[in-house]
Amino acid sequence: MHKGKGMKFVGDSRVSAERKSNIPKDYSEYPGRTEAFWPNFLLKEWLVGAVFLVGFLTLTLAHPAPLEGVADPTSSSYIPLPDWYFLFLYELLKYQFASGPFVLFGILVLPGIAFGALLLAPFLDNGPGRRPHQRPVAVTMMLLAVASVVWLTYESASVVNWEERAEANKPIHPDEMTVDTSHPGYEFYEANCMTCHGGNLEGTGAGPALLDTEKTAEEIATIAREGIGGMGPNMFQGSDEELEKLVDFIVSSKQDGE
Amino acid sequence: MLQKLYDWIDERVDITPIWRDIADHEVPEHVNPAHHFSAFVYCFGGLTFFVVVIQILSGMFLTMYYVHDIENAWRSVYYLQIDVAHGQIVRGMHHWGASVVIVMLFLHTLRVFFQGAYKKPRELNWMVGVLLFFTILGLGFTGYLLPWDNKAYFATQVGLEIAEQVPLIGPEIKTLLAGDPDIVGAQTLSRFFAIHVFFLPGALFALMAIHFILIRRQGISGPL
Repeated sequence: MHKGKGMKFVGDSRVSAERKSNIPKDYSEYPGRTEAFWPNFLLKEWLVGAVFLVGFLTLTLAHPAPLEGVADPTSSSYIPLPDWYFLFLYELLKYQFASGPFVLFGILVLPGIAFGALLLAPFLDNGPGRRPHQRPVAVTMMLLAVASVVWLTYESASVVNWEERAEANKPIHPDEMTVDTSHPGYEFYEANCMTCHGGNLEGTGAGPALLDTEKTAEEIATIAREGIGGMGPNMFQGSDEELEKLVDFIVSSKQDGE
Repeated sequence: MLQKLYDWIDERVDITPIWRDIADHEVPEHVNPAHHFSAFVYCFGGLTFFVVVIQILSGMFLTMYYVHDIENAWRSVYYLQIDVAHGQIVRGMHHWGASVVIVMLFLHTLRVFFQGAYKKPRELNWMVGVLLFFTILGLGFTGYLLPWDNKAYFATQVGLEIAEQVPLIGPEIKTLLAGDPDIVGAQTLSRFFAIHVFFLPGALFALMAIHFILIRRQGISGPL
């Protein structure tokens, strides 16, 4: 770079009047097959990015983002669950040594040690060797931590019936939550089913929505008598005639008006 | 024509050194998957950045429809999902991007860790990276509430109850995040929206800038 006397500027600015060459640096003397980022490597990187984007968009199209019903703070039956990447912390708090009187161990001490060690890893593992076998302690600790996170996440997620959860919490617009309370079957619904299936058949944490059920009238009648899944038998205890009215009410409340 | 336009700007502003600083650097053989396929592990950092860009762009479009008040938040998301052309895709990208970015970040962290790439002189960049990890987890936590559906509401309530149990400052943390010592409601949604859209992205951009400047100054770590 030119310094000292004889510098020329554009007008009265600080921009040098001397134009610099615009040729990429020469990497041929670098060790190995070193390549220039611009433009050689960027072209390949762009292709990898495009392939990744196609895969990502395929995922997005195949699985629309979930949305549950509008938040109802008064609901007491909803079982909370964090997003999957917090499940391991959530599961940790279910262990006896990390809950109740020892909750600080679960929310501060253990995560604090784990994430603190992660943050300070270069100072805890400060030997000169970079290869994994030259630093057995650090590598073992990390493998244990990864195994614990995977295990806790699996333990937490495997007991959840995700499909049933999604089914029970389908989004129904608050404006569309209307049922025909004058229907002869409504009183039986109110007496037998409403606690779990909601005042508007919208479902609660305890029972799925019935608004858009795909079950036939016969199936609904059988389920009301004999139960299904987590629903026990004999939930409906009226006469067959009442059952018929109830089933008719549920079928007639279907959103698509079948 | 383009060359003339470039020269005209360059004469006045001297932009060549600026973009050459960004573009001119070498890609060593050991990180180039074109030469060694196993070098694909070096892609995870770049893919994390790529997904972050997706998150920023899709998030910007989401705010065109999203309303951060408890009466309309859920309705605006529902409207976006059901009625707006391609709204489902944009929201889907933001939703899945939030998960994919965590996965990519995790893989990138493991790559750097098991290669011991954080050793001298790269300690600072490792710590900036871990702070980026925390920032992105914070973005995930605050963004989860915004659709204001049941899973969002109750997960946030649990999260805030956990924060409340921290000794001494617990209730203060909860009030700071929720806007009220007891209620998870309108204030909470507004605060989480502000944190998700302004505070944390600000931290994210600053940390990413440091992360990338440090990589450029120190160069990528050598082969094992």
